[in-house]
Amino acid sequence: MSPLLEIRDLRTAFPGARVGRGRGEPVHVVDGISFDLDRGEVLALVGESGSGKSITALSALRLVPKPGRVVAGEVRLDGKNLLELSVGEMRRIRGKRIAMIFQEPMTALNPVLRVGDQVVEAIQLHETVARADARARTRALFAEVGIPDPEERLDAYPHQLSGGLKQRVMIAMALSTRPELLIADEPTTALDVTMQAQILRLLRDLQRERRMAILLITHDLGIVNELADRIAVMYAGRLVELASRSDLLTNPLHPYARGLLAAIPALATPGTRLHEIPGVVPSASRWPTGCRFAPRCSERFEPCTVQDPVETTRPNGRRVYCHAVAEGRR
Amino acid sequence: MGAYVLRRLGYGVGVMMGVLFLLFVMFFAVTDPDDIARKALGEKVPPAVIEQWKTNHGYDRPLWPWQDLDDNLLFDHYRRMLTFDFGLSDADDSPIIERIREGMGPSLSLTVPLLVLGLLVSIPLSLLVAFFRETYIDRMGVFLCVLAMSVSTLLYIIGAQFLIGKMLRWFPISGFDSDLMLLPRFLALPLLVGIVSGIGSDVRFYRTAFIEESSRDFVRTARAKGASEVRIMTRHVLRNALIPILTQVVLAIPFLFTGSLLLESFFGIPGLGGVMVDAIQSNDFSTLRTMVFIGSLLFVIGQIATDLSYGLVDPRVRFK
Amino acid sequence: MTGVEPYMFSNLGTLLLLAGIGFTARVVRRNRLWREAATSLWRRRRLALCVLGVYFAIALLDSVAWKGGVPVDAVGVLPNAPYSIVDRIFLGTVEASYSAPFASVEFYGGSSLRNPGTHPLGTDIIGRDVLYMALKGARVALLIGGLTSLIAIPLALLFGVGAGYFGGRFDDFVFFLISTLASMPGFLLLIALIMAMGRGTLSVCVALGVTSWVGFCRLSRAETLKLRELDYVRAARVLGVSEPGIIFRHILPNLAHLIVITFVLMFSGLVLSEAVLSWLGIGVDGSWGQMIDGARDELSREPIVWWNIAAAGTALFTLILSVNAVGDAVRDVLDPRTQGDAP
Repeated sequence: MSPLLEIRDLRTAFPGARVGRGRGEPVHVVDGISFDLDRGEVLALVGESGSGKSITALSALRLVPKPGRVVAGEVRLDGKNLLELSVGEMRRIRGKRIAMIFQEPMTALNPVLRVGDQVVEAIQLHETVARADARARTRALFAEVGIPDPEERLDAYPHQLSGGLKQRVMIAMALSTRPELLIADEPTTALDVTMQAQILRLLRDLQRERRMAILLITHDLGIVNELADRIAVMYAGRLVELASRSDLLTNPLHPYARGLLAAIPALATPGTRLHEIPGVVPSASRWPTGCRFAPRCSERFEPCTVQDPVETTRPNGRRVYCHAVAEGRR
Repeated sequence: MGAYVLRRLGYGVGVMMGVLFLLFVMFFAVTDPDDIARKALGEKVPPAVIEQWKTNHGYDRPLWPWQDLDDNLLFDHYRRMLTFDFGLSDADDSPIIERIREGMGPSLSLTVPLLVLGLLVSIPLSLLVAFFRETYIDRMGVFLCVLAMSVSTLLYIIGAQFLIGKMLRWFPISGFDSDLMLLPRFLALPLLVGIVSGIGSDVRFYRTAFIEESSRDFVRTARAKGASEVRIMTRHVLRNALIPILTQVVLAIPFLFTGSLLLESFFGIPGLGGVMVDAIQSNDFSTLRTMVFIGSLLFVIGQIATDLSYGLVDPRVRFK
Repeated sequence: MTGVEPYMFSNLGTLLLLAGIGFTARVVRRNRLWREAATSLWRRRRLALCVLGVYFAIALLDSVAWKGGVPVDAVGVLPNAPYSIVDRIFLGTVEASYSAPFASVEFYGGSSLRNPGTHPLGTDIIGRDVLYMALKGARVALLIGGLTSLIAIPLALLFGVGAGYFGGRFDDFVFFLISTLASMPGFLLLIALIMAMGRGTLSVCVALGVTSWVGFCRLSRAETLKLRELDYVRAARVLGVSEPGIIFRHILPNLAHLIVITFVLMFSGLVLSEAVLSWLGIGVDGSWGQMIDGARDELSREPIVWWNIAAAGTALFTLILSVNAVGDAVRDVLDPRTQGDAP
């Protein structure tokens, strides 16, 4: 079975800061990302802010905010390259085969339209259904995502709902057309902890029922544990490690991944100092040559600051991009 | 919501009291009634006639309540203004309220079509420009707007009268006719000038509102749902941008009545704007007072109406 | 004081203005943020800024006046009146009546001119050189726009920041005052004020000031309310920084960009308003608005006299366009949202 989504060498750039009269050098915030996503699989794309994970997701849907744009690579859905489609064809994919939910439920919904109408719009954009039928489906969806009193909530305005309810509406809207792939960009970051747990559980249940693939973007490894089948770690626009959940969480190979895991407070021994990765994420306009993590890496040696890291593949499809791993030092 | 309305109305009343006080200070306390009388009657008039004129126009009594509690101009001024007893014009002794009644019709016949046509022209233009934002169309549009805004209305009027009225002779330079069939010819030029002179600032304002709304998160959500750019513009952005736009429109409604000073004067339309211009040029203080009072009253009503209209348009205000 | 005349105030004012500009230039050069803003502005709007520079220079030349040193036999020259630099360039160029640009004879009648061919923009109804009148209008326009703003903005800041910062009764009073003034349609209030105070340059400037300060007052009050609750301001208060210290060191600098933007935007509105006031007959003497108003019935003559209105109209339009263009760029440059991160 071929993968549902294949991303190859994706590069997305923004124009850099102007110096004098000319345009600045383009800044590649996504700099050569490749990974696959199988049907029904949950892949977590993990990284700090500034790693390029959100833009990767937006690039797949061709929703990169101007003035950025995808400059190289392929995004294949069932074999077809989305980047080559016409605008009209792409619109038919968005919301129908690939749906996306965003981080801020507070602002993601149109404040002057009722929430029910916004979900109905999502349905009617892709299917010819009567309004009454679409409304009925919406009501059922609301119930399915755990919105109490779904009938009344259909006519509510976004500001009348709590953050958690709004996110459920977003999920309902995304699922209304039975998409094969759901991209969830930090879906729980803006919610409080109890809400987070509920939404995650909801996503897991829905995913299992519908055999839907999910590309989960997050910086929170705790969430990843709940949902993900595989994890891809990004740093400074590039992939550093791609492994199954159990492999990565029990035995991370890339130094950055190891650092991330070590930094989780819950895993630390009480009374000891929290582990931190020294240094800061480099800004996209000033990426170091060679391995971008090298300046902060404790395993750094000669090739790291000169050459781009090489890919090491392991039998179960695991990939690591690190000189130390490649040379068997780890 | 009811309590809010009451509070708003109460504040409006308070503000009108303040306005009336300001008007009193400006037109009674600061100006000398003898000067006004002399300007109306002429310089060489004997003092007895001046005294008589002052008595007729009510300028001969003490100004402040502490001078005479029963008969002072301040209380009188308040009482009369609030009961719409405007009295006689200082310039020609005609009853002010008659001039107002006569002038309202012609003013409305110009300003209402102007408002409607202005909106019909500006909003689609600004939607267009906002749709193509950051492209050459947008940049050219903004440049043209700034260009248009920089020309004084005076120049537009003179230019239009000269080029279209005199040289091309398409429309009469000025004039008015109460006959509805003949009226459009006379209104064509002032309407044209009114729309063109306002288009620059209107389109820029609406464009900003549309662009602001276009960069909001819910637009991204709509795009992710697969909505077309056109649909996004017309169904999502327009609805949200209408809120600030509507505010502007409602605020403009009071001015429909007071008319446009320049347009009416240049194009010979006998509306309230013309009344004001005459009052200025003949130093007719009582008419001037009255017009400013009415203008302020309408403006305050307009502001209250705007606040209330927010509740109708924006569901966030309607449902607390 | 005996012997103190208006032209001396004008000279003094010019000196103070130049001093003020020098001071501001020093401040801008020292502060990185403002320096970058200024360079960015120069890069974007070189032409408009140069045009404004020319207007400013002309206005300066017209603001420095002194008595004496005039040729006694020149037409229309009074030996004891003060004349500015601009005046002196055009001394004695007065004709009898209308003449077309570069003409050698009068427009109506055809009798020869005293100075044939020397009037690039012709002469007006009483024979004054139109170019001269247009140049003199520059000073008037800049005075109206600049001086009025310089009065209105500090006034607005005083009441707005005070109301926002101190709150309480003062805030209630200011809010009521703003509401009352704002409830009177600006133009009507303007006219009413001028009628009440009598015509003349000073009352026009004062009236314009009174009607323009309200908007910025409201804005600075709202901003101050926001700024007052910011964490670092609260921290300063807790640390015991004095009230005026907080206002001058924390609140005002954060309003600086709004001040600049407001000043530039107000400017063109004021000049355009004065043009309309001149047409109503209650404007300032010597302004372009007055020229346009006077020129109106010249267009209905046969043959038409067009140079008067063309000169004044073009001068007015060019100034307003340049100010608007610069104003737009100023807003973009100073908008905190577009100020990027450090490189």
